[in-house]
Amino acid sequence: MNISHLRRLEAESIQIFREVAAECENPVFLYSIGKDSSVMLELALKAFYPAPLPFPVLHVDTTWKFREMIEFREHVAQKYSLDMRVHINPDGIEQNIGPITHGSAVHTDVMKTQGLKQALDYYQFDAAFGGARRDEEKSRAKERVFSFRTDKHSWDPKNQRPELWSIYNTRIKKGESIRVFPLSNWTELDIWQYIKLENIELVSLYFAKKRPVVERDGMLIMVDDERFQLADGEKVQNRKVRFRTLGCYPLTAAIDSDAEDLNSVIQEMLVARTSEREGRLIDTDSSASMEKKKQEGYF
Amino acid sequence: MAATDQYEKKQQSSAELDSYVEAQENKSLLRFITCGSVDDGKSTLIGRLLYDSKLLYEDQVESLKAESKRIGTQGDEIDFALLVDGLAAEREQGITIDVAYRFFSTEHRKYIVADTPGHVQYTRNMATGASTADAAVILVDARHGLQTQTYRHSFIVSLLGIKHVIIAINKMDLVNYDESVFNEIRADYETFSDKLAFKEITYLPISALKGDNITESSTNMAWHKGAALLPLLDKIDCAEEDLSLGFRMPVQLVNRPNLDFRGFCGTISSGEVSVGDEVVVLPNISASKISNIICGRNNVSTACAGEAITLELEDEVDCSRGNMITAKNARCEISDQFQVNVIWMSESPLLPGRSYFIKTGTQTLAGVFTALKHKVNVNTLENEPASSLELNEVGIVNLGLDKPIAYEVYDKSRDLGSFVIIDRITNETIGAGMINFSLRRAGNIHWHTPDIDAAARALIKQQRPAALWFTGLSGSGKSTVANLLEKKLHARGKHTYTLDGDNVRHGLTKDLGFTDADRVENIRRVGEVSKLMIDAGLLVLSAFISPFRSERQLARELLNADQFIEIYVKASVETCEKRDPKGLYAKARRGEIKHFTGIDSGYEEPANAELILDTDKYSAEQCAEQIIVYLEQQGFLNADD
Repeated sequence: MNISHLRRLEAESIQIFREVAAECENPVFLYSIGKDSSVMLELALKAFYPAPLPFPVLHVDTTWKFREMIEFREHVAQKYSLDMRVHINPDGIEQNIGPITHGSAVHTDVMKTQGLKQALDYYQFDAAFGGARRDEEKSRAKERVFSFRTDKHSWDPKNQRPELWSIYNTRIKKGESIRVFPLSNWTELDIWQYIKLENIELVSLYFAKKRPVVERDGMLIMVDDERFQLADGEKVQNRKVRFRTLGCYPLTAAIDSDAEDLNSVIQEMLVARTSEREGRLIDTDSSASMEKKKQEGYF
Repeated sequence: MAATDQYEKKQQSSAELDSYVEAQENKSLLRFITCGSVDDGKSTLIGRLLYDSKLLYEDQVESLKAESKRIGTQGDEIDFALLVDGLAAEREQGITIDVAYRFFSTEHRKYIVADTPGHVQYTRNMATGASTADAAVILVDARHGLQTQTYRHSFIVSLLGIKHVIIAINKMDLVNYDESVFNEIRADYETFSDKLAFKEITYLPISALKGDNITESSTNMAWHKGAALLPLLDKIDCAEEDLSLGFRMPVQLVNRPNLDFRGFCGTISSGEVSVGDEVVVLPNISASKISNIICGRNNVSTACAGEAITLELEDEVDCSRGNMITAKNARCEISDQFQVNVIWMSESPLLPGRSYFIKTGTQTLAGVFTALKHKVNVNTLENEPASSLELNEVGIVNLGLDKPIAYEVYDKSRDLGSFVIIDRITNETIGAGMINFSLRRAGNIHWHTPDIDAAARALIKQQRPAALWFTGLSGSGKSTVANLLEKKLHARGKHTYTLDGDNVRHGLTKDLGFTDADRVENIRRVGEVSKLMIDAGLLVLSAFISPFRSERQLARELLNADQFIEIYVKASVETCEKRDPKGLYAKARRGEIKHFTGIDSGYEEPANAELILDTDKYSAEQCAEQIIVYLEQQGFLNADD
């Protein structure tokens, strides 16, 4: 008897969830609402079935997520009786930080990076699961499954712990924490295959429908609420679009698409010629930017 | 890695998609590493593999071209290394410091490749990559031949149990694709690799930069008849090497959400398990049956190696994280003393006698390296004496743990024979270890000769032979317990023989008296007879007062250390005198017997008996049962593998 590639990945991820639950005092599941989070949640639920998730789920809200995302978050929390905690950086609210007024770099830093650090400090989480995959981006390709952060939440890529076999050293000092990536060895195709195989529910933004968008710097940005201000010459168009990756709506580009169901989405993905993170404005500044953000505490 | 060439067609029916997804699903997975000395072109090779198998997206190729011009080392040509060297420090220095994982697939397989660093100071990162790989591509620069790092990496690859290696002699374009250069390096490597444990070595001349012998055979090297790299990788047979182990699952977590459910979670490391199977929890040896198997959210009837499952057992057994659930009739061994290989990964050296944390798959124990046998010179693979192990050195060490664990040797199971070493103060992972054998049992003696020897005789009896040496005062219960034990063993179909102290004096040692010299000769003869019977495959029960340590030591030394089980049947003189089954104490009290042990001759209590049975407290039945448990635990009641 031999198990398939996907079942092997599934088992590996489940083992990682269980190891953290067995060894860490106060783990948390970082939930981003996207497809990778959905797969990761499915794996976590399986790891502890029939028990409920033995740890809380945290969403760091920037207040600029698509409305469909927030609805989906509430739906999932209820469906699986999750201990869902939502954190919004109060400093950001006070200073009215937003991606349009302050630009993507400041907005992401304050609402996402600083917001996450606040939540981790507040709840004293010692381990946080994230859905990053090694095939996504060059510096992630080098990150361990168990990735250590100092008490200041920074990552030292030059000094990662050796990580042999599937033995994970989870020992840390007080104040330090671990970011754990159960999907490290999954590829984008694996994720989609698994969604299909297991019939995993996804937020509707992944599927094409008519949505109000404007073209800005060659990208299609959805006008999700009244905070989005049109620049001169910009016009809202009702186009059939979907999203390959999800984030804050003014920072996430849509693509024209007819893919209304899962099969069509997978078909589109198979012929895609543009890599996934291209849809996120955050990565394009410079090629070492993700590593830099991570050293500063970005997930 | 999404784009797949054969699926350019925009329109596909759903059925086609389903069959495509299914085909993807059924692909096998091969994990391999690339390693070798710095500048042998590892990153370039992987970049080339991704590029040639058309697995890059358009935007990735565009940004690669732009970066090649800006910071590349290949003029206007594409610098493939930039594709994989992901950390800023690496890109600036042009070196690879950490292992990078890359993903690609061919028509036949999915691949996860670990691109590992060449610099000697990053050997630990290289070992990280190698620990999960099925195969290794070891690069050699054709201009420089074998380097220290080639030797070191080959040795570590072999040590970590990778059986399939491809020696890719790279940069052939820089030596005019000269066959003699290839042959020379190949001959050098053949000499060196004699001492390594590879199952299959393939030699391949390539140029990663120019794309020779990567996806298809190069016309520049028509003299080389073998397949190119990708076809070679597609053909490596990585099917499970050893399926002979029975069912084993280390318990990772006990899932107990409420009083009605108690599940044991873990990943099956070998074999299969089905509902109704009889299992044993080690090391505490509690037996039960599988009542349910949960895989995902489903109850299933059977599960196999590699699956992460939850087991429910019929009985309320003692079972917690770190225990191992195994097939009842093929359980694994238990020990707390091992000889191990260690790869040291810390600036502060390994010191024998210092206490470290030892983490296996599912538990952390305290461990001490009791002796550093030697370290290995990576260039010559010779053993050298050592008093400490420095960063990146490999040594052979004895390890003592604070409690016994169920284990397999690394050769048989990467999961159950491996551990990492953790510094108690810094929490850093400072070394990796692999179990060679236990120092406490016979598994370390390899009997592979096809002749009919002791092991062969024992095998058909489904047992491991040993001398069970009962010592204790007259009347302590030696013969009674031995007799009960023999009955129990016999009932289990085990082959036994009892040498009773009184009985042998009627024949074998009839000519001997009770002088010191005669006592020694008495024991020597009994020891020699035991030895013959052990060779015949029997479990030999010897019940002798044997009051002196030196006598018992003599018997012990006649036999192999792990074939001698000293059982101290303990009872106070008062108890024995009260029992006095043969009326000997009464006679001794009356002075009718001289030099009677316990009355006018001393008894030296054993200092290191394998078992102590207190017959003041326990019945003979309970004592015999304790011995059975011990024999099971030590594997005497199973055939040796």
